[in-house]
Formats: sequence, C-alpha cells, structure tokens
Amino acid sequence: MDLLATVRVALRALARNKMRTTLTMLGIIIGVGAVICTVAIGEGASNQVQEQIRNLGDNIVFVSAGSVSSNGVRMGSAATKTLTLADAKAIQQQIPVVGKLSPGVGAQVQVVYGNQNWSTRVRGVSPDYLEIRRWPVLNGSGFSQREVDSAANVCLIGLTVVENLFGSEDPVGKTVRIQNLPFRIIGVLSSKGQSPFGQDEDDTVIMPFTTVQKKISGIDWLQFIMCSATSPEAIAPARQQIGALLRQRHRLRPDEDDDFIIRSPMDLANAQAQAGRIMTLLLASIASVSLLVGGIGIMNIMLVSVTERTREIGVRMAVGATEQDVQMQFLSEALVLSLIGGTAGVLVGIGASLAVTSALQWPTRVPPQAIAIAVLFSAGVGIFFGYYPARKAARLDPIEALRYE
Amino acid sequence: MPEELLESQRETEIPTRGPTPLIQVENLHKTYDLGEVQVHALRGVSLTVEAGEFVAIMGASGSGKSTFMNMIGCLDRPTRGHYFLEGQDVSTLSKRDLARIRNRKIGFVFQGFNLLSRTSAMENVELPLIYSGVHHEERIERAREALRTVGLEGREEHHPSQLSGGQQQRVAIARALVNRPSIILADEPTGNLDSRTSVEIMGIFQGLSRERNLTILLVTHEPDIARFAHRVVLFRDGKVRRDAPVEDPADAVETLRTMPAVEDDEEEA
Repeated sequence: MDLLATVRVALRALARNKMRTTLTMLGIIIGVGAVICTVAIGEGASNQVQEQIRNLGDNIVFVSAGSVSSNGVRMGSAATKTLTLADAKAIQQQIPVVGKLSPGVGAQVQVVYGNQNWSTRVRGVSPDYLEIRRWPVLNGSGFSQREVDSAANVCLIGLTVVENLFGSEDPVGKTVRIQNLPFRIIGVLSSKGQSPFGQDEDDTVIMPFTTVQKKISGIDWLQFIMCSATSPEAIAPARQQIGALLRQRHRLRPDEDDDFIIRSPMDLANAQAQAGRIMTLLLASIASVSLLVGGIGIMNIMLVSVTERTREIGVRMAVGATEQDVQMQFLSEALVLSLIGGTAGVLVGIGASLAVTSALQWPTRVPPQAIAIAVLFSAGVGIFFGYYPARKAARLDPIEALRYE
Repeated sequence: MPEELLESQRETEIPTRGPTPLIQVENLHKTYDLGEVQVHALRGVSLTVEAGEFVAIMGASGSGKSTFMNMIGCLDRPTRGHYFLEGQDVSTLSKRDLARIRNRKIGFVFQGFNLLSRTSAMENVELPLIYSGVHHEERIERAREALRTVGLEGREEHHPSQLSGGQQQRVAIARALVNRPSIILADEPTGNLDSRTSVEIMGIFQGLSRERNLTILLVTHEPDIARFAHRVVLFRDGKVRRDAPVEDPADAVETLRTMPAVEDDEEEA
C-alpha cells in the first residue's frame, strides 16, 4: 500500500466522523496554538530587549570617576579627580580585550542660538565615541583627532536640541554660543530615542573632550572612560582587568575602596533578556502540557475507533492486509489527525499573536523554527499516542475480528 | 436439469486437472487450548479438491466446518497436518505470507456481507487490489469489471446502505473475484437472504464455476442450497463423515424460472 493511498484512506476514515475528528483535533490545535502564541510573545519581548542592548553600544564597559569621602562626607560619583587621560591611554595599550575607547567629560550647559536658548548636557569625547555607541551622524560629519588635539570649538547636536533651538532650520554650519564662546555645528546626530533608563539620548551636545576640559569645565581630569570590549564574552574580563589596572595606577591599598566605578549596562540588559527567555520557556512548557493532553485525547479516540472498526479490520485482513498494513493505517490516521491539528494550531497561534499585538500593543514575533518544531512535535505526539492503538488493531486475530459484533 | 449441461461441465473439468490438485489437505488437526480444556475442532481431516470444483461443505454447528474453512482460507494455521495449496505447503507459512496468499489466491464471501459501511461499492471491491499494490487506474477498471460480472453495473457509487441484501452480497462476490483468485470461499453466503435472492446468488456462483472454472467452496447447512454444488462434503465431530458428488445438481436459472416472482420489487427498495 503506497503512501498516498494510506493517507487517502486515513483522511476518508477521519472524514466519516467529522465531529469526533474535530473535537480530537481541538486538543492539538489548542496545544500548538498556545505554544506558538507564548513563544511569539516571549520572542517579541526578547527582541525588544535585544534592540535596546544594540542601542546601548558596542559591548560597553563604562568607567566613571568614583566618589570620595573626605571626613565622612561622601561626594557623588565623578567627584574624584584621579581618572586621567593617562589612565585611558594605559587601558588602551595594556588591555587587549578592550577595543576602542573614548575619554569623556560632561557638563550641564546653556546653549544659545539667536533668541533661543536651551539647557542641555554637553559631552566631551573622542572621535571613537560615536562608533562605540553605534550612533551615526545624520547631517554633516563628526570631528577628527585633529580637532581634539586643537580643542576646536566644534560640536554635534542631538535632535532634541535641534528641535528646541532651530525648529525647521538646518543647523549644520550655524554657530551657537555656549558659556559665551562660539561653537560651530558640524553635524546633527541621528535619533537614538530613550536609553533603557528612560533618558532622552537626543538631548545632548557632543564635542572634543579637550574642548570641554579647557574651555567649558576648566579641568584636566576625566569624568568617564567609555570602553568597548572586543566581544560580549570579553566584557567580564575587561571589567576585571580595567579594575586591577586602575587600582594599581591609582596606588590604592588593598583595604581602600575603588575611586572609580565600572559598569556594563549590557550585563543588566542581558540578565533581563535571560529572565525573559526563562519565562518564555516556562510558559511554553506549560502550554505544551496541553499538547500532551491533546495527545492522550488522540489515543483515546483511536482506541475507540479500533474497537468500533474491529469487523472492518477483520475484512481488511481477510482480503490480504498484513499486520503492517493495518498498523500503518491506524498510525497514519493518528498522524494525519495530529498533523492537521498541528498545522491548524500554528495558524491559530499566529492569529492569536497578531491579536495580542493589536489589542495590547505587545510586540510579537513567531520564529520559523517554532513553527517547524510545533508541527514536528505534533507529528511526534500523533505517532507516540497512535502507536499503541495501531498495534492493538494489527494484533487482532482476523477470525475473531470477522466474528465481532 | 438438461443432460447436455451436465455433460459439458464434466468435459470442461477434466482437462484442467493438473498433476497436483488445487487443494490437498492431509490429516489436518486443530486443537484450541482454552486453559482447562482442550477443544479438538478438527481430528484428522483429509480432502482433495481439484481446480474448478464446486463443493458444498455441510455439517451442524460445532462439526468443525468453520475451523476447516478458516484453515483453507489461510486465516488460521493447523495444529498438525498439512495443507497444500497449488502444491505449496501453506501450513507453515508466516502470517505475512498467509496474508499475501489470502490476497492473491482466495476470495471470501461471508454470511453478513462484511462490506465497509459508508464506502461505495466500487471502493469495497477495490480493497483487495489496494493491498496487492495495483495502480489506481487499473484498480478502478478491474473493480468496474468485477461489478459488471455480478450484474451491478451502474451501482458503483452506491453505499451498502443504499443496496438490498442480495445486491450487497453481489458486491461482496465482486470483491472476492477482483483479484482473480483460485478459490472462492463462501461461508453461508445465503444465510441472510430470502429464498429467491439465495437462488440468484447461487446462480452467480454456478456461472463463475462454469464460465471461469473457478473453484468454489461453500459452507451451508441448507440442503436446498447444497444442491446447487457438484459435490457435498459433510463434517461431523471434526472429521469428514461423507464426501459424495451431487447426483443431479440443480440449475439456478431453471429453479428461478419455477419460482414465484413475488419479491422482484424488493431490490429497488
């Protein structure tokens, strides 16, 4: 008996009891649908976190100047003057797991253009900064090392600043005043949106760190060093090595606290993503329990079907069906049942995910592997739970089966 | 019954007798072990049936005739003894090989028709061909031809529930014929039919025996039905008690002519 004929016979047998077939399939449909839907929601959430991680920058390890306490009064972070350009250069040279880095200083400033003014945060950095943050320039261009060396009065501005000072005017080439000094705008940064911590990333002015040190803040130390580890796995060793190097350079005794703080926002985001994945896995496994229940439903119906069709089995054996033929017939019925149920379940799952997205504005994504796994899994359920009834049918004695009332 | 017909039947039988008989049963025993008791259903049956014979098997219930038919039909294996089908000893074959023999060499006709419900006459007849791996187009063609042979042309798409008892039994005969078997085993094929329809069915068997030289083994306990066969084998207590040719076999066509045609409209119901 060829495959096509087997499937045809199975479909015909299932079509004879439409109501029963539909109800049996419902178990598989709900199971697969629930698995697909939970995976889609989990995947959507995880995608969102991934997007945020990408937005943060390139495997960032962020070193900021620490707090000092003098006479019991603890200053806030970035209060020490011990973090220097020499530290940045030492990190660059001595720690191979750190790729690019940018020294940095920041200040809150008032930016004036014509009769408009806006208070924002200025960040003094090196040309690598934008690359580390994966932050392209929308209009104009970034500054170069030459402008860092000469502490040039040039700046890049974020879109929020553009909006508040220039409206629809093109800011590139215009001059703004910051602390009564003229600064030429050489570029506009593309939108970065909100940071994972809710700050508006586009409300910023970026210029060479030397310019900020000398002309705005009047300091010769750094407030932060933004480093980029060579890979996500290099983040932890980079943190550890930077810490050791800085303690040594700052001549801290073992019992002294660090005078710097190292953070890697990706760790946090990764932890969040990991938690999300575990949650998805948990929900999906709960959902797959219903698939198991669906499988038991198939087994139950197949057993009833074998009993009901004992005479049919007897006739088939009398006209030449072998045990294998009968077994294949019932197994393929279970398989066809579960595969159709599985396919319908995938459609229901996709439909439910779309409904969740439109009703709750949750991002969802149905990964193609999940569809493949769901269909294969339902086929597996069909074979597993169909095997015993099929075996039972195949083992029937044709004489007994023909006599069965 | 006209003498010429009998003569012609004898003449056609003789040349087909080959060196080996179609069915040769030697000292066949079947014992069912029911735990506490052992039931001896067959106690040494020996029988030879030549190709083209039309044999009626008779006997009371419990005489072993059903067990014997199950053996001949390769549905069961003997406890002891040998069964040669076309010279091949089938008493030792595996279940799989027995299924193949049932498929290729034996056609079954049952008392209760045993058609698949909610399945067209055509598909019922096709069933044996599916298991011998015959191609779809050929299946349809052969099933159609078999239905034509039993006079059911035009009823191919009818389901059993839409057919009369006699028509259902004709479908069953077509199913038995479709794979061109050597033997037709009919287990009380007229048991569920009225007397006129019974004779019609016997007419079909006689036609097959005469025109196709098919070997037919028919179980019945109605002497009237056994009269249509050419030889009667009587079973009692698991043994062959009598084995004799029918002196003057009845002819179904003739018998029908003498019967009142009251139930003629029954078929259309």
